[in-house]
Amino acid sequence: MPQASTAKSLQAGASTRKYRTREELIRFVLFLCAFLSVLTTLSIIAILAWEAYSFFREVGVFDFLAGTRWTPLLEPRSFGVLPLVAGTLQIVVGASLIAIPVGLASAIYLAEFASSQVRRVLKPVLEILAGIPTVVYGYFALTFVTPLIAGIFPSTQIFNAASASIVVGIMVLPMTASLCDDALRAVPESLRQGAFALGATQFEVTLRVVLPAALSGVMASFVLAASRAIGETMAVTLAAGATPRMTLDPLQSIQTMTAYIVQVSLGDTPVGTVEYQTIFAVAALLFTITLGMNIIAQRVLARFREVYE
Amino acid sequence: MNTLTKSEAPISSTQQPRPVLEVVEVTIRYGEKPAINKVSLSIPQHRITAIIGPSGCGKSTLLRAFNRMNDFIPNVKMEGQILYMGSDIYVREVDPVEVRRRIGMVFQKPNPFPKSIFQNVAWGPSINGFTRNLEARVEQSLRRAALWEEVNDRLHESALALSGGQQQRLCIARALAMEPDVILMDEPCSALDPVSTARIEDLMFELKERYTIVIVTHNMQQAARVSNLTAFLENGSLVEFGETDQVFTRPRNKRTEEYVTGRFG
Repeated sequence: MPQASTAKSLQAGASTRKYRTREELIRFVLFLCAFLSVLTTLSIIAILAWEAYSFFREVGVFDFLAGTRWTPLLEPRSFGVLPLVAGTLQIVVGASLIAIPVGLASAIYLAEFASSQVRRVLKPVLEILAGIPTVVYGYFALTFVTPLIAGIFPSTQIFNAASASIVVGIMVLPMTASLCDDALRAVPESLRQGAFALGATQFEVTLRVVLPAALSGVMASFVLAASRAIGETMAVTLAAGATPRMTLDPLQSIQTMTAYIVQVSLGDTPVGTVEYQTIFAVAALLFTITLGMNIIAQRVLARFREVYE
Repeated sequence: MNTLTKSEAPISSTQQPRPVLEVVEVTIRYGEKPAINKVSLSIPQHRITAIIGPSGCGKSTLLRAFNRMNDFIPNVKMEGQILYMGSDIYVREVDPVEVRRRIGMVFQKPNPFPKSIFQNVAWGPSINGFTRNLEARVEQSLRRAALWEEVNDRLHESALALSGGQQQRLCIARALAMEPDVILMDEPCSALDPVSTARIEDLMFELKERYTIVIVTHNMQQAARVSNLTAFLENGSLVEFGETDQVFTRPRNKRTEEYVTGRFG
């Protein structure tokens, strides 16, 4: 082809301009979608901050964060959030006691010991478990777990922290197992081979090479599991009760931050009052805690990725 | 750690030098297709034996059969016998873990554990219950792997901070710390630069005083430089096996001649 003609064919024609416009349009629409989700999140944060600010004009920040009595709906009113935090913490610790050891053990089995046939069945089952609606776990706690506990400890209240902890533990178990499994499987096969070649058994390879190498990922999965347990709402609302109280006894009724928000949202507390604004203050605290934990998890994971690169 | 099995291992015929590993009519299949086809050869003590051949000829598969590393690959079937000091390492009573303690391995790509230099070398002895004089054993292994001088001031730093060549020598030290009889090397220099390669080759000369070395390499010059014996494999069959000088200068087989003179592969 002669040069002049090549140059001409490279120039933008009418059809070129048309597809360029189309590309630009598609890019813009995609940007809008991405922007919308960011905007939504930012608006939620803004509303939370604004309502919480109104609340803190009425109630001191210190009284809120350090107070040990939470009776915003009863006289004499008191706005100490610690009983709710303690309730949440009790659920998190209880749930972690189940989800962390069992989740890690399942992950070790899946990643290191299970044959590929077993794995092909077990992994999807685990993921189905993660898809059960949380309200189902809630009445599973009430109608099955609580009677079981009451059979052992007769002093058990109908609504109690133990039962809720157990089901929340079961609920976050699949996620913990799945994330730990990912972390273990991210350890390069060459490390296992190297360890086996030194005369290590499967168990030694797992415990002394694979697990330490995957430790950051495993830790991150624990933090994320705890973070999910903190935010868990339905099961604790149904099973743990609505009694804000500072207690270590898991057989008593307690209230978590999330359960309190549900209680007020469903009740007839007039909009705009301090009582109503408490839920925004509690929600802001909840958001801060889970955000903090997710950031920690990401930091831990980032360290983990550096290891092999 | 006296014998592989509970009964005393039978001592095989007293040839000179004594064979450490004997491969008897070995066929290894992945599924149906044989990767190694009726190979027989014997690996003499305190010599370097090179296994050469074009890509996919089965040389790594054969090497990994010596310390039962093929056990980890699903659907691998082996026929024939591999004898270590006269006893079959594939019979039921033999514990593959025990085999691997005596027959160490260095891999194609350096694979140090994400731990300190010290912990890498101490790992093998410590899982096997050897905890006395661990420092001395680590130092000795690092010296034998010609790495001590470079790392003795930073033993507790991460092994991943070392260069590729240093990492590979660390992996050799890690294998030496188990005090094996045999060291299998699966293309140990293929991921290294020429200077590091030369260091590892020098090291192999020193190591053969104490250990029996089997090296798989696709690099014919390397095989010619370092080995005493050379086995040439093609399509899973042993084409020629003999003294390295003879294989490279007076090959008996036409295919061997074509391969070592660079006409294919």
